Amino acid sequence: MAEQKIKGYQTGTFVVGNRLLDPEQRSTQARTERSNTLTSGHRACQGCGEALGARYTLDAAMRASGGKLVAANATGCLEVFSTPYPESSWQLPWVHSLFGNAPAVAAGVAAALKAKGREDIRVVGQAGDGGTVDIGFGCLSGMFERNDDVLFVCYDNEGYMNTGVQRSGATPPAARTANTKPVGPEPGNVFGQGKNVPMIAMAHEIPYVATATVAEPRDLEQKVERAIGMRGARYIHVFVPCPLGWGAASEDTIRLARLVKETGIFPVFEAEHGELTAVSKIRRRVPVTEYLKLQRRFSHLFKPEPNTEVLERLQAGADRNIERFGLLADDEGADFPGEATDLARPPEKEQGPPPALVEPDTDSNTSMLLKETHGKPR
Amino acid sequence: MEKPFAITLDVGSSLANKTGSWRTERAVYHDRLPPCNHGCPAGEDIQQWLYEAEEGGEGYERAWRKIMEDNPFPAIMGRVCYHPCETACNRAQLDEAVGINSVERFLGDEGIRQGWRAEPAAESSGKRVLVVGAGPSGLSAAYFLARLGHAVTIREAGPMAGGMMRFGIPKYRLPRDVLDAEVARILDMGVELELNSKVTDVLEPLEAGGFDAAFLAVGAQLGKRAYVPAGEAAHVLDAVAMLHDLETGEKPLLGRRVAVYGGGDTAMDAARTAKRLGAEEAVVVYRRTREAMPAHDIEVEEAEEEGVMMRWLSTIKKADDGKLVLEKMELDETGFPQPTGELDELESDSLVLALGQECDLSLVEHVPDIEVEDGVVSVGSDLMTGHPGVFAGGDMVPAERSATVAIGHGKKAARHIDAWLRGGSWEPPPEPELASFETLNTWYYSDAPRTHRPRLDTVRRQGTFDEVVEGFDETNALFEARRCMSCGNCFSCDNCYGVCPDNAVIKLGRPGELYEIDLDFCKGCGICVAECPSGAIRMEPEEI
Amino acid sequence: MLEQLEGSQAVARAVAMCRPEVISAYPISPQTHIVEKLSDLVRTGELEPCEYMMVESEFAAMSACIGASAAGARAYTATASQGLLFMAEALYNASGLGLPIVMTLANRAIGAPINIWNDHSDSMSQRDSGWIQLFAETNQEAVDLHLQAFRLAEELSLPVMACMDGFILTHAFEQVDLPEQEQVDGFLPAFEPRQMLDPAEPMTIGAMVGPEAFTEVKYLMHAKQLQALDAIPEIAAEFTEVFGRESGGLVRSYRADDAETVVVALGSVLGTIEDVIDEMREQGVKIGALAIKCFRPWPIDEVREALSGADRVVVVEKAFAVGAGGIVGQNVRLALSGCDSTVFDVVAGLGGRPITRKSLRALFDDVVGGELEPGGLHFLDLKTDVVEREIGRNQNGRGLGPHAENILRDIGTVASDSH
Repeated sequence: MAEQKIKGYQTGTFVVGNRLLDPEQRSTQARTERSNTLTSGHRACQGCGEALGARYTLDAAMRASGGKLVAANATGCLEVFSTPYPESSWQLPWVHSLFGNAPAVAAGVAAALKAKGREDIRVVGQAGDGGTVDIGFGCLSGMFERNDDVLFVCYDNEGYMNTGVQRSGATPPAARTANTKPVGPEPGNVFGQGKNVPMIAMAHEIPYVATATVAEPRDLEQKVERAIGMRGARYIHVFVPCPLGWGAASEDTIRLARLVKETGIFPVFEAEHGELTAVSKIRRRVPVTEYLKLQRRFSHLFKPEPNTEVLERLQAGADRNIERFGLLADDEGADFPGEATDLARPPEKEQGPPPALVEPDTDSNTSMLLKETHGKPR
Repeated sequence: MEKPFAITLDVGSSLANKTGSWRTERAVYHDRLPPCNHGCPAGEDIQQWLYEAEEGGEGYERAWRKIMEDNPFPAIMGRVCYHPCETACNRAQLDEAVGINSVERFLGDEGIRQGWRAEPAAESSGKRVLVVGAGPSGLSAAYFLARLGHAVTIREAGPMAGGMMRFGIPKYRLPRDVLDAEVARILDMGVELELNSKVTDVLEPLEAGGFDAAFLAVGAQLGKRAYVPAGEAAHVLDAVAMLHDLETGEKPLLGRRVAVYGGGDTAMDAARTAKRLGAEEAVVVYRRTREAMPAHDIEVEEAEEEGVMMRWLSTIKKADDGKLVLEKMELDETGFPQPTGELDELESDSLVLALGQECDLSLVEHVPDIEVEDGVVSVGSDLMTGHPGVFAGGDMVPAERSATVAIGHGKKAARHIDAWLRGGSWEPPPEPELASFETLNTWYYSDAPRTHRPRLDTVRRQGTFDEVVEGFDETNALFEARRCMSCGNCFSCDNCYGVCPDNAVIKLGRPGELYEIDLDFCKGCGICVAECPSGAIRMEPEEI
Repeated sequence: MLEQLEGSQAVARAVAMCRPEVISAYPISPQTHIVEKLSDLVRTGELEPCEYMMVESEFAAMSACIGASAAGARAYTATASQGLLFMAEALYNASGLGLPIVMTLANRAIGAPINIWNDHSDSMSQRDSGWIQLFAETNQEAVDLHLQAFRLAEELSLPVMACMDGFILTHAFEQVDLPEQEQVDGFLPAFEPRQMLDPAEPMTIGAMVGPEAFTEVKYLMHAKQLQALDAIPEIAAEFTEVFGRESGGLVRSYRADDAETVVVALGSVLGTIEDVIDEMREQGVKIGALAIKCFRPWPIDEVREALSGADRVVVVEKAFAVGAGGIVGQNVRLALSGCDSTVFDVVAGLGGRPITRKSLRALFDDVVGGELEPGGLHFLDLKTDVVEREIGRNQNGRGLGPHAENILRDIGTVASDSH
C-alpha cells in the first residue's frame, strides 16, 4: 500500500473526506458504507472523544479485515455507554469481561481463532487509559511479550472518567481530578513521568506501535489499517478528549486533540520492532497554554493569577517531546509546515481477503513515502 | 443462535435509544454569504463557480455557466475587473487572497476557446426593449433581457460596440479579440445592434419604434476640463479622447516627454499608452499622495514597472511650449492638499489631462420627468428614472464608475425591467449573514500559497500593446480555484459526517442535498459546527 | 490401559484426550506437573490443534480462557491456592457469562502464612463463584472427572472446577486406567457453543445489566446449577456405560445403609476414613461414610437422603470459615434441617497436616462415645499448648471474653480427652 499526497486539493489530510479525491482514495469515515461499528443510540456524553476514537478505529479495522473482526473490551466508559442491557451499540462480535483483563481476553480469542484455523479473523482489544496503563497493564505487557496476535487500542482520556474523574497513570501533571484537587501546596496532579505506555510498548519490541488523535482520522485509519495488515502484538494509543472529565466544551473535543499535538504535549508517531519509524510533524506550533486554557481541569493554573512556574514546567515537557521526537518540520520535511502530513490513503485493491499478512517491506513505497513526508526521526 | 438472557445482546440494538432527546441545541446547515460574493459589484456567485471549477474537467464549463448567470463577460472580467472580491477574500487573512480574477480569466478564455454559447433565451415575452449605448452596462442589460425572453435593440452612437471597454481600456489590458468574442456571443442571442446610431431624445424612438421600455447606458465619455493656463504653443490633450482616437486608428502626436495630469486609472492608462507610443518620459502629475490616489494599486505598480514617473503633491500652474510650471502642495490636517507657493518646472512636450469624465446627457434633456443632478441621472433603487419605463445605469447614474459596476447595473436593470414589463416588481432576495473569517475553521485547508499570473517582460511592454498580464494554464487555475475556502458554504468535505460521535449526520450525497442531521440521535454537542471548515453549520436552540 | 502414573501426568493425558483448543496456564505448585505435561504434548504435536499460552498470571490465564471460550474454543486451565484467588474476579466473570471452561484445581492451602501443601481452603473460598466443583477421591477418579467435566460444562454452558488434592493426588504414583482416545471422542462430542464471537453472526457478549434484570440473570445461573444436579448423575451413568467403571456423580455412600454414625468428607481423605470405618465395622460399630463428589451445586436432597437415617454425622473437612465454623458442615446441616441427626464439625488436614488413621479413629470413638460436644468447631490434632500459650501471651492484660473462653474449652475437651 502506498500513501498518496493530497496536495492542492483544497483540503488536505485533516479533513474527513474530500469530494475532489477519487472515491477509492477517500477515508473510511467519508464512506456512506462505513460500518459504523459503534452505532447510534449509545449513551456517551455529548462530544465524547472516546466514542469517536472507537468508531474511527474499528471502522478502519473492519474495512481492513474485510469485516472479519472481533473485539474484546475492558470495563470503562466505552463499555458502559455502549452495552447497557437491553441495547448494544456494537455491530461486530464483541465481548466484555473485566476491567483489567482485556489484553488477555483478546489474546485468548486470538489463540482460539488460531487453533480453529480462522486466522483470517482479526482481533482487537480495547480499553481506556485506566484499563491499559494501570489495572490492565500486567495483561497488556504479557500480551506484548508473548507477541500475541492482537491489535490493542488504548483510548486515552487521561483519567478514570467512568468512576467520576479520578487520576490514572495517564493523567497529566497539574491536572485537576476528583482525587488531585487544586488544594494544598501542590495543586492538581503531581509532577512525574507518568506512564508512557507507547514507549513501554516499544521497549517490548513488538511489531508495531503508534500514537494518534481523534483530530486526524485519516492518520488514525492509516495506522489501524497498517496494524491490521501485520501479525503479532500491535499497539495504538489514541488520544481522546473527555469534555466532561476535563471541563471542556463539548464542541472542543477535536480542537483539543488537535492542540495537544500542535503543542508537542502528545507526540504522534509510529514505531516498528522498537524503532521509531515516523513522526507526524507539528503544523502550527502553539504554546501549551492554548491547549490548557480550554479545560477547567487546568483553570487553577490561570487564576487568580497565572502560575507561571507550573506553566513553564508544562511547556518544558512539551518542548522536550518536540526535541526528542523531532516534531518540527525540518529541511528533510516539507516546503512549508503541514505538507508533512498531507497524506491520503490509496485505494484498496479490492475488498475481500484482508491485506497480505506479512510484515511491511522496509523498502516499500509506503515506507519511502512515509520517510519523505513524515520526516525521519532524530 | 439462542442467546443467553441479558448478558448477550443483539448487535446494533441501541438504535432503539433515541439520544436526540438529550439535546438542547441542534445543528442546522446554514449557508452564509461568502465575502467575495458580497463584494462583487456584478453579483457573481464566486464561491459557487469556484466550487465547480475546483473539480476541473467538466467542472470548468459548469463554472463558466455559473458566471454567465450573473455576468456575460468572464474573459473581460478576468482582465479588467479590479476584483473587490479578492480584497474581501477571507483567505487573505490566512495567507493570500484566492486569485479569483485569474481563475475567472482562465474560465472566460476557456469559454472562448471551446466556443461555449450563452444559454438560449427564455420563451419570448413579446416585449421590446431599447438599450441606448453598447458599453458594458448596455450589453449586460441586453444579455439579461434577452435571457428573460425580451427582444432587445441596442443603439450605439459610436462605430463599435464595447464602450469604455474598447475606448477607455488599452489593448495591453484587454485584447480586442477577447472583447469582440464576448460581445459577439451576446449578439448571437438575437440582440440587435445598431451602430453609429445616436439617440438624441430617448422619447422619440420609444414612441416611434414600438419599444415597451428603455435602458439608458451612455456612459461618461467626455473628458473633464480643468483650467490650466497654457501658452499658445502648449500641446494639451484629453486622455479620453486620446485613447478613443488611438482605438479608431488615429495615432496622437505626443512628443518625447509627456506629462499626464490626474491620479485615476485613466491617468495611468494614458501614461502607459504614451510610453508605448514612443515617449521617452511619461510623468504623472498628481496633487495628492500615492495613498490618496484613486488609481488601483496594480495599475500604478505596472505603470512604475514600465518606467512611468510620478510627481506627487503637485499641481500644474501653467503649460508652456516644452515645459510645465508646477506648484508644490502639502497636505493639511484633514489630508486635503494646499498650495505652498513653491514652484518647480517639468520639461514636457505635451500635457494629457486625465481628470475624470462627464456624461453627455443630451438624450434626456427634453424629458421633463427625468431628473439630472450633479451631471448624472437620478434613478430609484430599481434603476428606473422618473419617467416610467425608462431605466438607466452604468457611469451615467450615481455610483462607482467601473466596468464591473456597470455590468451589475445592466443585470439589475434587466430584472427590474422584466418585472416592470410583466406588471410586477422584483425584490432582491434577502442577504444571508456574512461568512466572516471567524466563522471558519481554517485548520483544514491545505497550506497553499497563491500562484500569481506571470507578467509580460517590461522590455517587451515598451513598444507594443501586447497583453501585459498573462493567463493561467489549467494546472495553475485548478490549484488557485482549490485555494478557495468556500466560506459559508458546504463543499462536501465530509467533516460533519466524520466527526459526529453519535453518527447523527446522514450523508445523502445528492447534489444540493449533501448531508442531513439525524435528529433522532443528535445530542447537540456542536462538534460538527466547530469542525466545519467553511462555517456552514450553526447551532440553534431547541424549542423545549 | 492400566499404567503406573503420577496423578498429574494422568490428568494431563486425560485432558489432552478431551482435545482442548486453548490451554492457558501460569505455574503454581502443586499444579505444575499437569501443565508442564500439557505443554510437552502441544509442543510435540501430540495435542493439536491446540494453543498453549504461557501467560503472566492466573488472572490472565482465566481471562485468556474466557476469551478463547467466547470465541468458541474448548478452553482449559489449572491452578491452585493463591492462583485461584488471583483469578477470583475472572472466575465470577466466566460463570456469569456462562462459559464452559474446565479447570483443574490442585487443592492447596491459602496463605498467609504461605503454605504449599494440601487442604481445601482454595476450593471453599470460591464455592459461591458460580463454578461447578467436583472432587476426586483418587487419581483414577481425577482422570474420569475431567472427561465428565468437559461434557457437563458444555452441555450446560457453565464452567467446571475439577478438584484434586494437591501432592496427595497430583504427585502420587498410582495405577490408572487411561481411556482410549476413541472412547473419549465418543463420550465427549465436539464443542457447540451457546454463544460465540463470530463475524458471521455477531453478538454482544458481556452486557451491563442493571436492577431491572440482574436478579433474573442470577436466578437463571442458580437454575442452571440445579439442572446440573440432574445432569451430573446422568453423565456419570453414561460414563459407566462407556468406560465400564463408576466415577463421579453427586455423592457416594460407604457402608452407610445401617450406620448410626456417618462420616462426611471430600476428596482423597475418604480412603483413610474408609479404612478406619472398616476397622470399626469389624468391631461392630455401625459407622459409614458419605463422599461428597459434587460440592457445587450442593446436592441437598441426595445428602439428606444419605444422612437422614444417621444419629450422628461427622463432617471432616479441610477448610473452615474463619470466625464462623465448618463450611461443608453448614451445608450438611442445611440438608438435614428438620432431622434428628447431630452434626459434628471437624476441621482436619489444614496446610498439609497428615490426617492419620489413629487420629480419625480417636475422633470417631469420641463421637460414638458421646465425648465430642456437638455444635462446636473441632480441630483434629490441634496443638493446644501452642495456641493456649499464644492466646495467653496476646491477652495484654485484658481478660478473655465469654466467646474466647468457649472456644478454648472446646479445644481443651478434644485435646485433653482424646490424646
